[in-house]
Amino acid sequence: MTTMAVPRIVSARVHHDDSHTLDRYLATRGYEGLKKALAMTPEAVAREVDEANLLGRGGAGFPAGRKWSMMRKNPTTYLVINGDESEPATFKDHLLVENDPHQIIEGAVIAAYALQVSQIFIYLRGEFALGLERLQSALNEAYAYGAVGHDIFSSGFSIDVVVHPGAGAYVCGEETALLESLEGKRGFPRIKPPNFPAAVGIYGEPTIVNNVETLSNVPWIILNGGAAFAALGEGSSTGTRLFALAGRVRNPGVYELEMVKNTFSDLINDPALGGGLFPGRELKAFIPGGVSAPWFFPEHLDLPLGQEQVDAAGSMLGSGSVVVMDDQTCVVRASWRITRFFHRESCGQCTPCREGSGWLEKILERIEIGQGRREDLDLLLDACDNISPGLTWPPQQTTICVLGPSIPSSITSAISRFRDDFLAHITLGRCPHV
Amino acid sequence: MSDPTSVGDTADELTFSLDGRSVVAHKGEKLIAAAERAGVFIPRFCYHPRMKPVGVCRMCLVEVDGPRGPSLMPSCFIDVQPDMVVVTESDTVKKAQDGVLEFLLINHPLDCPVCDKGGECPLQDQTLAYGPGESRFIEEKRHFEKPIPISELVMLDRERCIQCSRCTRFADEVAGEAQIDFVGRGPHIEVAPFPELPFTSYFSGNTVQICPVGALTATPYRFTARPWDLDQVESTCTTCSLGCRVAVQSSSNRLTRMLGIDADPVNQGWMCDKGRFAFEAVNDPGRLTRPLVRKNGGLVEVSWYEALEAAAAGLRKARTDHGPAGVGVIGGARLTNEAAYAWTKLAKGVIGTDSVDAQLGDGLPAELVVGLPRATIDEAVNADTVILLTGDVREEVPVLFLRLRAGVRYGSLNVVELSPGDTSMTGLAAASLRYAPGEADELVRILLDVKAPTPNGMHPDEFADARRLIGSPRVVVVLGRGSRSEDETIMAAAAQRIAAALPGATFLPVLPRGNVMGALDLGMAPGLLPGRVALDDGAEWFGRWWDQVPAGRGRTTMEQLADLASPEPSMGAVVLLGADPWADVPDRRLVERAFDSPVFVVAVGTQIDSTTERADVVLPAASVHERSGTTTNMEGRISRLGQKLVPPGQAWADWMIAAELAVHLGSDLALESVGAIWDEIERLTPLHSGITSAVLGQPGAADGVVAPLSAAKVSLFRRRGRQMDPVAIPGVESTNRQGLDFRAGWAEDPTSGWTGRPAVPVNPTEERPSMLRKIPAYVAPVIGRVDSYSHRLMATRCLYDNGAAMAKSPALDALVEPATLAVHPHDLDDLGLSAGDRVRVKTASTSMVMAVRPDPGLPTRVVALPMNVMLDGVPDGSRHDVADLIDVTVPVTVVRLETP
Repeated sequence: MTTMAVPRIVSARVHHDDSHTLDRYLATRGYEGLKKALAMTPEAVAREVDEANLLGRGGAGFPAGRKWSMMRKNPTTYLVINGDESEPATFKDHLLVENDPHQIIEGAVIAAYALQVSQIFIYLRGEFALGLERLQSALNEAYAYGAVGHDIFSSGFSIDVVVHPGAGAYVCGEETALLESLEGKRGFPRIKPPNFPAAVGIYGEPTIVNNVETLSNVPWIILNGGAAFAALGEGSSTGTRLFALAGRVRNPGVYELEMVKNTFSDLINDPALGGGLFPGRELKAFIPGGVSAPWFFPEHLDLPLGQEQVDAAGSMLGSGSVVVMDDQTCVVRASWRITRFFHRESCGQCTPCREGSGWLEKILERIEIGQGRREDLDLLLDACDNISPGLTWPPQQTTICVLGPSIPSSITSAISRFRDDFLAHITLGRCPHV
Repeated sequence: MSDPTSVGDTADELTFSLDGRSVVAHKGEKLIAAAERAGVFIPRFCYHPRMKPVGVCRMCLVEVDGPRGPSLMPSCFIDVQPDMVVVTESDTVKKAQDGVLEFLLINHPLDCPVCDKGGECPLQDQTLAYGPGESRFIEEKRHFEKPIPISELVMLDRERCIQCSRCTRFADEVAGEAQIDFVGRGPHIEVAPFPELPFTSYFSGNTVQICPVGALTATPYRFTARPWDLDQVESTCTTCSLGCRVAVQSSSNRLTRMLGIDADPVNQGWMCDKGRFAFEAVNDPGRLTRPLVRKNGGLVEVSWYEALEAAAAGLRKARTDHGPAGVGVIGGARLTNEAAYAWTKLAKGVIGTDSVDAQLGDGLPAELVVGLPRATIDEAVNADTVILLTGDVREEVPVLFLRLRAGVRYGSLNVVELSPGDTSMTGLAAASLRYAPGEADELVRILLDVKAPTPNGMHPDEFADARRLIGSPRVVVVLGRGSRSEDETIMAAAAQRIAAALPGATFLPVLPRGNVMGALDLGMAPGLLPGRVALDDGAEWFGRWWDQVPAGRGRTTMEQLADLASPEPSMGAVVLLGADPWADVPDRRLVERAFDSPVFVVAVGTQIDSTTERADVVLPAASVHERSGTTTNMEGRISRLGQKLVPPGQAWADWMIAAELAVHLGSDLALESVGAIWDEIERLTPLHSGITSAVLGQPGAADGVVAPLSAAKVSLFRRRGRQMDPVAIPGVESTNRQGLDFRAGWAEDPTSGWTGRPAVPVNPTEERPSMLRKIPAYVAPVIGRVDSYSHRLMATRCLYDNGAAMAKSPALDALVEPATLAVHPHDLDDLGLSAGDRVRVKTASTSMVMAVRPDPGLPTRVVALPMNVMLDGVPDGSRHDVADLIDVTVPVTVVRLETP
C-alpha cells in the first residue's frame, strides 16, 4: 500500500522549516478558506462541515457538525479549542501547534463565524513551550494581518482569540475540567448531565469545545467543499487523520493517512510509514487509540483505520495514537506504567478513580516486582469492575468523567490475553523480562 | 431538610418510579431527597441537604433508566424527572456502593477505637450497612503527619479525610469565607488553610460538625468522651438572641459538646463558634456554688436561709427608706422566660418597683422594641429588601449573617446598609450608605425624603438604588445599635421614622444577650408589664392577680445608675440579675460612681466577677443547660430549653430564688414549678395567649412558636416534627442507633415534667389588656459642634470579647485579640502614625493612651473600638476598654487624637 496518492490536509505544510510563519502560510493558500467562508452565510459554512462528516479528533470521535448544531441558542456563546494533548504516546496535536499554528487559528475563526460565538479560547498544554510561543506569535501575525480581531477582512465579523496555557494536569484535557481550569478553578470535571458544554459551558454559557486537529481540517473543507472531504475515507470515517505511532517500531512519528483505506498493518509495517518492528521481533499487542483504549493483538493488524471498524472490534481510534508492543515487552510492566499514569493524573475529585487507580497501581507494582499472589488477578479485575461496572466496551462508569473507565482498559486487556505472563511473574517471584 | 407535609400543597409535583412503586416528588427536587421522603435512604457522604450537591463521593449512585438502558447516576446531583425509572437496590447498585466503600477504606486508617468519630461515624455506619465485610487491601496506606492544626479550634487528620469537600464547601458557600480549600491533586489532595490567611472564621466549628469522618476535630471536644457515653437533650443556644436550636451533650454531668440542629426557620443546622464552644464556661471549676453574705468587709459562705434573710432585710430597708422605687433590678436578659416572669412578679408585684431593666444601656428603648411590628428571620431572608440599621450582624448575631447572606447570594434579597463603617454585610449589600456616628436619623430622613439631593460623598447611583429598594413591597428592618457610644434615642428615632414612612415594614431587633427579648416580653423594663403590655394598660388586670402593681414608671438601668451616682440617691438597693454593669454598661465611670454609693447590692449570678466583689449578698444561680423552661429569640419565637446538667453545689434556678425571696419578703409568688409559671404566663398575658405547654410540646413546634400565636404561619398540629439526618450532622442520631436514650428528635411530652395546675384561677370571660399600642416619640438629640481636629468615637461589638462566656472558656479565650483603635489610614498619616504606634485619646473628661491600627473601612474622622475588649498598648498595662472613654451624657462621644 502506498500513501503517496493521499492528499495531505492538516500536515501539508509541516515539513517546511518556516511552516509556522505567516509568510509560509500565505504562500500555501493560507487564510483563503477564511476569506471564502466570510463570503458565505454562517449556516452555509456549518453545512459544509456537516456534509464533510468531520469526526472529532480528540478521542470521542463525535461529528463536529452535529456538535455545532447542538449548541443552545444564547446571546453569549464561546468556542474553546482543546490543545491540552497530554496522554502518553499521543503527540499529533503537538505537531500541529508547533508547525502549523495559523491553520489552527484559521480553522477556529471559521468555526467561530459558523457558530457566531462571542469569543475563542485556545487552551494549550502548559508543557508546549515552543508551541505556545509559536501559536502566540502566529496569533499576533494574524491580528496584524487582519485575520483575527475587529472587522476581519472587512467582512464586518469580529472575534478575539485568547491563548491560555494549562498548568500540567492531564485531566484538563477532559472538556469540562478544561472549562473549569479556564475559569481559573481547580481542574475538576463537571458532572454530565447536566453540564454538557453545548448547553452549560464556560461561565455558564453555551460552549463548543473542539480539538486542535479537528479544526485544522476546517480551512481545507471550506476551500475544497465538504463533499470533497467526505469523498475521502469510507462510511462515516471521512477525510484523513493523523496517527501518532509509538512504541517498538523502527520509524515512530506522526503520519497523515486517509481513513479506512489503510490498515494497522500498513501503518506499522509500511516502509514509508512505521517501517515494521525491529529485526527478529514479533508483534505482541498494540494499542489502537491511546492508552485508554483496549488493546489489539496480531489478529487485528488487518483492520482498517476507520472509526466504525475499530469500534466494532471492541476498542477505539480515540486520540489516534498507536503504541506497538513486541515480544520483548513486559505487559505487566506496560499496564502498571499506564495505570501509574492515570493514578498520578487523577484529579482526586471522585472516589473510585482517586482511590481505585492507586490501589490498582500498587497491586500491579507488586506483581511486577515479584510479590504478586494468584488471587491478585481476580482482585484487579474486580476492582476495575468497581470503576467501570461490567467491564464492557464502550464502558459504564462509577466515576464523574471518563478518566475513570480509561484505567481498566490496559489491565483487562493484559490479563485476558496474557494471564500466563502475570502468573509467570507470580511463580518466578520476579519479572521474566529483567 | 424537607418538610414532609409540603407535598400536596403546591402544583409543582411529578411522579416517578422508585424501586417499582410510584412516588411523588417536587419539580427540581434532587433524587436523593425525594427518595428519602418516600422512605428510601440512599447512602451518601458528600451530599449535605443544606449545601449544593457536588456528586463526588459516588456513594449515592443508583440506576436510572435512560435511552441506552439503565446507568449509574449520582442521586444527589440529578433532579427527579417525570416518569424517571429509578432502582436503588439492584445488584449493580449494591456492587457500586460496596466498591465505593472499599475504595474509601483502602487509605482510611482503621483507628476507629481511638477516633473521636467512632460510634457516630457515617463512614463506620454506612460501611456496616452497605460495605464489604473485610478488606482486600494489603498494601501500605497513605501516611500523613497527624493531626495538624488548621486553626486555633480545628485539628485535621489528613489520613482520615475522604475528600468529600463538605468543609471546604461550607467555608465558601455558606460562610462566604473560603479560608480552607483543597491543595494537591489526585492521591495528594488534602484540605488546607492558606499560608498567609489563617482559618479564623466564626463558623469553623460547623466544618467539624458536618465532617463525615474523624478528619476534623475541635480542640474542646477531642478525646473528652466517647459518643456512646454521651447523653443529650435538645435545647436553644442563648449566647445571642438568634436562638439556634442545638443538641446539648454531656457526660458525667459535664458539658462536652454542642451540635447545631437543623431548625428550618432559625439556624438550619449551623452555629457560631462562640455558641458552640462557650459551654466550657459552664464547666468552669470557679463557678459560684454557695450563697455568700458580706460580713466585716468579706464575703462569707452561708446557708440559703441566711442569705435570703440578709437580702430581704436589705431590700426591705431600701423600700422603707425610699419607697418601692428605692429598689432597682438590673439585668434579667440571661434568665429563662419563666424566671423572668417570676422576677418581674417579685419586683413589680411584691416589692412594687417599676425600676426593672433587662438591658444595660447597650440596647434600644424597650417600648420601641416590643411595640414595632415584628418580622421573622424567614421573612427577612425572603423579603425584597432588608434595611440594616444595626451593628455588624456577624459580630452580634452570627447565624443571622449566614441566613441573610444566603438570601442575597442564593435568593433575591437586596440589602441596604446604613452604617458608620464597613461591616461583614457591606460586600453583600446592594447599597451601603455611611453616616457619621450620631447622625443615623438624619441619613434616614434624607433617604426617605425623595426631594432631598444625594448627600455629599455618596455615589448618586448607590443612593438612588437605596431609595428605590426601600420602596419595595416587602421591607424588613434589622434594627440594633450601630455604636454604643451614641445615644440610643438616635436609632430609636430613625426606626420610628422608617416605621412611619413605610407602614408595611417590619422589624427584627438585634439586642445583646440571649433572652433579652423574653425578658422584655415578660415586663423586665420600666413601663411594661408581662405580655408587651404598657404599665397603665395592664395595671388593673395584673392588680387582680398580683399583690400590687407599681404606682408609676420606674427607671432604666442608665437612670438607676445616674440616680445612684448623684449626690443624694433616691435608691437604696439594687439587684444585679445575672448582669455585670462593669463589663457591659457603655459608661464605666458612671458605673463606678454609682456603686461607690452605699447602695445595698444583691448579686444573682454564676461566676465570681466585678458584681460579686461589690455585692452585699451573692446568690448562686443555675447556668445555661442547668435549667429547664423556655426562651424567646429576636423574632419572638418561644422555644424550649432542655436541662442537661444538675447545677453545681447549692446553685438554684433563678425562678426559685425569686420565689424564695418573695417568701422572705412576706409574700408568696404562688409559683411552684416551671410548668406552673408557664401556665400563668399563658393565662395572663395577651402575647402568650394560646401558647400552652401542650402547644409547645407539639412535634410541629419543635423549632419553637412565634408569639403572638396569630403570627404563626404554620399549623403546629399538622406539621410533623423534624427528623434528624445522621449523615448531615453526625453525632445527633447515631448515638440513638446505639439504643441510648435520645430526646432530641421530637419535642418531649409536655405533660411529663410540666404541671398543668394553674397557679392563678382565671375566669375565661375576663378581658386581657391589649398589647402596647402607642410607642413614645423619640427625638434624636442635636449633635453639638464637632471641629475638624476631632474624631467621632464608634463603639462596636465584637463576637470574641472579654465577657465571662469567653473568659471562662479556655479554647475561646485564646482567640480574643486585644483592642486597638481603628483609624482611617489618611487620618493616621495626618498624625504621622503607623500600625501599632501609641496614641493619646482625649475626651472632654478623660484621656487614655492606646495602640492604633489603620482601617480603610472607616470614614475619615471616625475612630472605632470594640466593646468589652481590653485595650492594647496601655502604658502601665492596666486593663481598660472603650467603656472607660464613653460619656453617656453627650449624644455621641467625640475624641481628639494626640501623639503621646
